[in-house]
Amino acid sequence: MTTQDSIILPKAVDKLRDEFPILHQEVNGHPLVYLDNAATSQKPLSVVESITNYYLGYNANIHRGVHHLANLATEAFEKTRKKLAAFLNTPDQREIIFTSGTTDSINLVAQAWGRMNVHSGDEILVSMLEHHSNIVPWQMLAQEKGAVVRVIPITPKGEWDLTDLNQLVNAKTKIIAVNHVSNALGTINPIEILIAEAKKVGAKVLIDGAQSVVHFEVDVKALDCDFYCFSAHKLYGPTGVGVLYGKAEVLEAMAPYRGGGEMIHTVSFSGTTYNEIPHKFEAGTPNIEGIIAFGAAIDFATSLDKDFVQSHEHELLRYATEKLSSIEGLKIYGESENKVSVISFLVDGIHPYDLGTLLDHQGIAVRTGHHCTQPLMEHFGIPGTVRASFAVYNTIEEIDMLYNALLKAISMLK
Amino acid sequence: MATIEERQQEIISEFSMFDDWMQKYEYIIELGKDLPLLEEEKKSDDLLIKGCQSRVWLHADYANDGTIHFKADSDAIITKGLVSLVIRVLDGMPAKEIAQSDLHFVNDIGLSSHLSPTRSNGLASMIKQMKIYGLAKM
Ligand SMILES: Cc1ncc(COP(=O)(O)O)c(C=O)c1O
Repeated sequence: MTTQDSIILPKAVDKLRDEFPILHQEVNGHPLVYLDNAATSQKPLSVVESITNYYLGYNANIHRGVHHLANLATEAFEKTRKKLAAFLNTPDQREIIFTSGTTDSINLVAQAWGRMNVHSGDEILVSMLEHHSNIVPWQMLAQEKGAVVRVIPITPKGEWDLTDLNQLVNAKTKIIAVNHVSNALGTINPIEILIAEAKKVGAKVLIDGAQSVVHFEVDVKALDCDFYCFSAHKLYGPTGVGVLYGKAEVLEAMAPYRGGGEMIHTVSFSGTTYNEIPHKFEAGTPNIEGIIAFGAAIDFATSLDKDFVQSHEHELLRYATEKLSSIEGLKIYGESENKVSVISFLVDGIHPYDLGTLLDHQGIAVRTGHHCTQPLMEHFGIPGTVRASFAVYNTIEEIDMLYNALLKAISMLK
Repeated sequence: MATIEERQQEIISEFSMFDDWMQKYEYIIELGKDLPLLEEEKKSDDLLIKGCQSRVWLHADYANDGTIHFKADSDAIITKGLVSLVIRVLDGMPAKEIAQSDLHFVNDIGLSSHLSPTRSNGLASMIKQMKIYGLAKM
């Protein structure tokens, strides 16, 4: 860090922290150090206020009323779709489907696309780094159809091992479903390679972007993937809402998988016709306030200076890696050069649960356990890790606090 | 022999000597180190309390006099320390008393958060399992 940076950065971060009142509190007699951002980010005031404003000012059901409030609510709701289209860089808003989150988005594709297109003997390709929500829906589909789920292995550094890519992606491969960034290790995966490979065999590609969009810009048109999804809550937004981007022609060819209001064109007992995309996949009254707040979260995310986010997060990761690596017996899991600001680690002979408990007593919030990636933990032969994940509002001082708290915890446990 | 209640009071008075969380945890960690381990071969999956971040193995022996003897272990040392306290209270007690016990000491020594299911450290499930062993022989 240059002297100039070290003067400018803390000020910018301080200002940013004012937007997050939750960060200014004590936990167990210590200032809260929130390092569990990969589980869910904290929410800025603008997001919280957008929910209040909706309920205090214009709560109404959407897409159906003629009255004033219904129009306001519908407009605010649809504005989020527009913002998301711009955020992911698609000109076509019909390609933006609201879901309840990443998990819901993946299940939608596995059911609505998968059941029509995956048959006995076909292959679905995932990676060793996947979250359970990008494994189980495919296993369920595979089981129903007699298809096979294949797995991209990883190197000791926690990167995809693409040595056998030619065999992994073959004529039987119908869809490749992988994450952009690993939640357990922080690895940024070279999804471009898989997307190119998939094209050669005519396979579709779904990217789980739950952990990527908060760290860097994503352009679905440049990537040219078929599906991209993420949850609002890891991007400063509320829980229970998310998005599925899908190429219009792919979405149009898919049958709806949940029936109900909103998703129909006409309903009659002699036959029902379905609405157009995206509404075809949005049955029932959605989480209106959540989607409006999702829009506020996108506004917040895009208002941040990209270079600042990148350089600050990079500095946090670099500094934390340096500090933690200096601790005897500490091993970092996930050592790719291409990582977001996530550090997963274990200390020799110490269970992650014990470390997490003693860190919590010192005000430090980290995640411990398998991070919903049991196959990956099994691969490493460990019960889980301690994961510290940094957001743009975290500070260098907080990493010092993590470091000191860790030393104390280790001295107690050894 | 001390009753379940007397054993709990004993633990509560021991913990009342600690001024801060660190002393408390240092003590629990010591207990965790002391707990007679289950032999490795006994740590089989059928003794494993399911669904936990830290794993707990619980072994129960029914004695002819209607009491139950417990042995347990965990791969996390804090959990193990807490497990040892629970064992200290319930070990060798009559089945009926185990089944009907109210382990309020965990709360009284300020460690109730460790019983929360969100911790998923296996402690709450272990206590439940011990009571089931008790119920089975009532
Ligand atoms: C990589 C990844 N995929 C999927 C998910 C699931 O997200 P959600 O629980 O919001 O549906 C997560 C969240 O933990 C994640 O990190």
